Amino acid sequence: MSHYISITDQERRAMLDAIGVTSIEALFSVVPEEKRFPELKLPEPLSESEIARELRELSGRNANTLTHRCFLGAGAYNHFVPSAIDALLRRAEFYTSYTPYQPEISQGTLQAIFEYQSLICALTGMDVANASHYDGATALAEAAIMAVNSTRNRRRLVIAPSVNPQYRQVLRTYTQGLGLQIIGDERVDASLDEVLGLIDETTAAVIVQTPDFLGQLHDLRPIAERIHNAGGLLVAHIDPIALGLFQTPGAAGADIVTAEGQPLGIPISFGGPYLGIFACKEQYVRRMPGRLAGATTDLEGRLAYVLTLQAREQHIRREKATSNICTNQGLMALASTIYLCLMGKTGLRRVAELCYHRAHYAAAEIAKLSGFELLSSGPFFKEFVVRCPRPVSEINRDLAARGFIGGYDLSVHYPHLGNAMLVCVTEMNTRADIDAFVEALRG
Amino acid sequence: MNTYEPPIFEYSAPGKIGVALPELDVPEAALPEELLRDDEMDGLPELTEVEVVRHFTRISQRNYCIDTGPYMLGSCTMKANPKIHEEMARLPGFAFIHPLQDEELAQGALQLMYGLQQLLGEISGFSHVSLQPAAGAQGELTGILVFRAYHLERGDTERVEVLVPDSAHGTNPATAAMAGLRVVEVKTDRRGNVDLDDLKSKLGPRTAGLMLTNPNTLGLFDEHVQEVSRLVHEAGGLMYGDGANFNAILGIVKPGAIGFDLMHYNLHKTFTTPHGGGGPGAGPVGCTDELAPYLPGPVVVKQGERYALHMPEKSIGRVKSFYGNFGMFVRAYTYIRMLGAQGLREVSEIAVLNANYLRVKLQDIYPVAYDRTCMHEVVLKGQIKDAPGIRTLDIAKRLIDYGFHPPTIYFPLTVPEAMMIEPTETETKRNLDLFIAAMRRIAQEAREQPELLREAPTRAPVRRLDEVRAARQPILSYHREAIQALRGDKADPDDVLIRPLGV
Repeated sequence: MSHYISITDQERRAMLDAIGVTSIEALFSVVPEEKRFPELKLPEPLSESEIARELRELSGRNANTLTHRCFLGAGAYNHFVPSAIDALLRRAEFYTSYTPYQPEISQGTLQAIFEYQSLICALTGMDVANASHYDGATALAEAAIMAVNSTRNRRRLVIAPSVNPQYRQVLRTYTQGLGLQIIGDERVDASLDEVLGLIDETTAAVIVQTPDFLGQLHDLRPIAERIHNAGGLLVAHIDPIALGLFQTPGAAGADIVTAEGQPLGIPISFGGPYLGIFACKEQYVRRMPGRLAGATTDLEGRLAYVLTLQAREQHIRREKATSNICTNQGLMALASTIYLCLMGKTGLRRVAELCYHRAHYAAAEIAKLSGFELLSSGPFFKEFVVRCPRPVSEINRDLAARGFIGGYDLSVHYPHLGNAMLVCVTEMNTRADIDAFVEALRG
Repeated sequence: MNTYEPPIFEYSAPGKIGVALPELDVPEAALPEELLRDDEMDGLPELTEVEVVRHFTRISQRNYCIDTGPYMLGSCTMKANPKIHEEMARLPGFAFIHPLQDEELAQGALQLMYGLQQLLGEISGFSHVSLQPAAGAQGELTGILVFRAYHLERGDTERVEVLVPDSAHGTNPATAAMAGLRVVEVKTDRRGNVDLDDLKSKLGPRTAGLMLTNPNTLGLFDEHVQEVSRLVHEAGGLMYGDGANFNAILGIVKPGAIGFDLMHYNLHKTFTTPHGGGGPGAGPVGCTDELAPYLPGPVVVKQGERYALHMPEKSIGRVKSFYGNFGMFVRAYTYIRMLGAQGLREVSEIAVLNANYLRVKLQDIYPVAYDRTCMHEVVLKGQIKDAPGIRTLDIAKRLIDYGFHPPTIYFPLTVPEAMMIEPTETETKRNLDLFIAAMRRIAQEAREQPELLREAPTRAPVRRLDEVRAARQPILSYHREAIQALRGDKADPDDVLIRPLGV
């Protein structure tokens, strides 16, 4: 009997008697006999200390942000995670509960979602935020589909090539059966102006990212104006940390906003679990996918929270639902809620400033190196592009030997940039780290 | 405990901050003035760490959870979450590794992923696994897009219909629609199986596949599953296995051996990665050799002694960024390695034993939807004799007063007043007996003091909620005035007097 099972042999016999069968095997007589009880060729079971030893050994083979100084971003960011977050996430009341189907005994989760939605609205300047998606990429894909469903007879999406290449791939995966046309990123060297030139009266939405995948900040206002004049929607993907300093998509006129929420207190964890932030203007709320918590009262008039506007969702609408999504990224949304509460407006601004100024310092220092050239010409936030004197993969191998995780190699997705590296600098990279990195790049 | 806790925004005061951040140690660069934020971010509160910690601790105490007590939410498999999983997922060499760092610097992580692919494949009878999908619903979308791509690749362009049993979870039809395919509903027969005659009448040259949850949402193993598979395949369709109920058949039968072509695993159900108040989940998919080229990726392959990321050649593409919910992989891997083959089989055996025990102890009062041996969950009807007007909702709410999380209710949609009860294998017999006693007592109360049910719960942090108001006048984010108006005369002052009692 394994340690996860609480039913003793004696209890099993009593229960089988009550059921009226002689063995547990008999409960499975409905399973085709020749396929029943197959041998599972699995390794022998391990005790807790044995598995812990094996996994410590395995994890020890991975470079990480404690063993190496990290200058890599490209969609996953090494930001500071305050200790209080994990202390609270490890409360069993949060992590061992499920979707709040029974609101009377799920007020903790519901209030946290409500506060999350409120914070995302405050951060982005949008009217409504849902309870979250799997990650930034899937949030963006669902935003695009929502945009199509929110406009009439428009089946075309225009997307900038400066949107994260993985997100563009996910968008195409999600929409492959929907008969949509996605244009704009055929040429990855197309400028944003060229892309906006593709907008016409069949365009459901234009999809842009700011700061974009290459780190560059864009003014969303003229983009919003342009797409609105053509009768379509602006879907803007943003970096939540950048909003500590920069223009909100809400103020700029975006209709649907998505973001990767990982920078808000979630460890990089080899790519997941992350958090898809999703917000929109109020007029589109009934087309919105995902869970929504709302405030209401109980029988005694006390303030309380409940999942609401569920008529959009799959468990009621089935094939007519706005999406098949049936949960949110609960614990990750909670992490970001706690993060934003700890940071507050002052802390978030400070983090954004640290990223901005340190990234600019790093860019300037690298640009001084012979053979390196700063390719980012416009305003950027925490990432920038440098052209290197030799292939980035080679440089990164050398950097790893010196204890650095180097920047992202852009040669696969943006070959026109040559040997280009996307360097990321956050509040976790001190001036000493940056100086050491620059020295290491010097070779 | 369980006292009112105001929205966190009400603790905010100018000048407070909850973290100590580093000073700027580089020269300031010029900021692009025209791109700066022009508001004061007033919606973001200013708080100290202790305020934040207390707030979230207090609201957490208004949640019921697995660590509080039995959580028999059918189809959700709320089994105990071992603590070792949390430790392992937080090892710095797992939690702080960057997904894009060189593969050579992440061999340990890739080896773990490869190992999990192998384990899941072996348990389910599939040769290939992609770990990428982030949740069960995304695993479904993945599977149906794979089916679509497979048919199209063969020039089979007319296969636009996905068959879905009427008892299926809502995600199944929603998924098919999201993939751009048409949903055709299949009836359930008198024993809770797929109705073979109805199935035959709906299969044809337009059939892309059938989405089948087996055991199904009625908690029943389909008695004709191999015949169903044969018919679907004969019509040129593919069999999708919704793994929501995989917890019933670990080591009992491999889905790959009874005709399924592809299935998703809910790591958060079967392999007990924590549900987290709604997520994150993880929904890897496994499939046959034939469908493997279409899997989303990258997947992990082994090249000699080295592990590498590989995009299957005809892949439907990525379904999310990076490789899936890696933190969940660590937990599921830990679970499977600690249980081994015998342990996994015991999981299913006891899950099924517990559900059948509840069935025989309750079916005289609460009619079973289908009178036969169930698998890991039992579906009863909340129709109590001589208690007219009492509904399943009332029974569920009264269970809260007895200290139990209610079962899933009003699902499946095909069973009137459904209560879907899934005890899982980690529940104790003592708790099963207490649950049975509570359910029997509630039936008695339903006849003798029905108001106890209608007014329930009275022992929860709040009473029943005004859901109509929430939907008609939605308040979806914090606005001081709107919240004040809702709260009315139940405003702060009284609560402030109560709150310092805390725990």
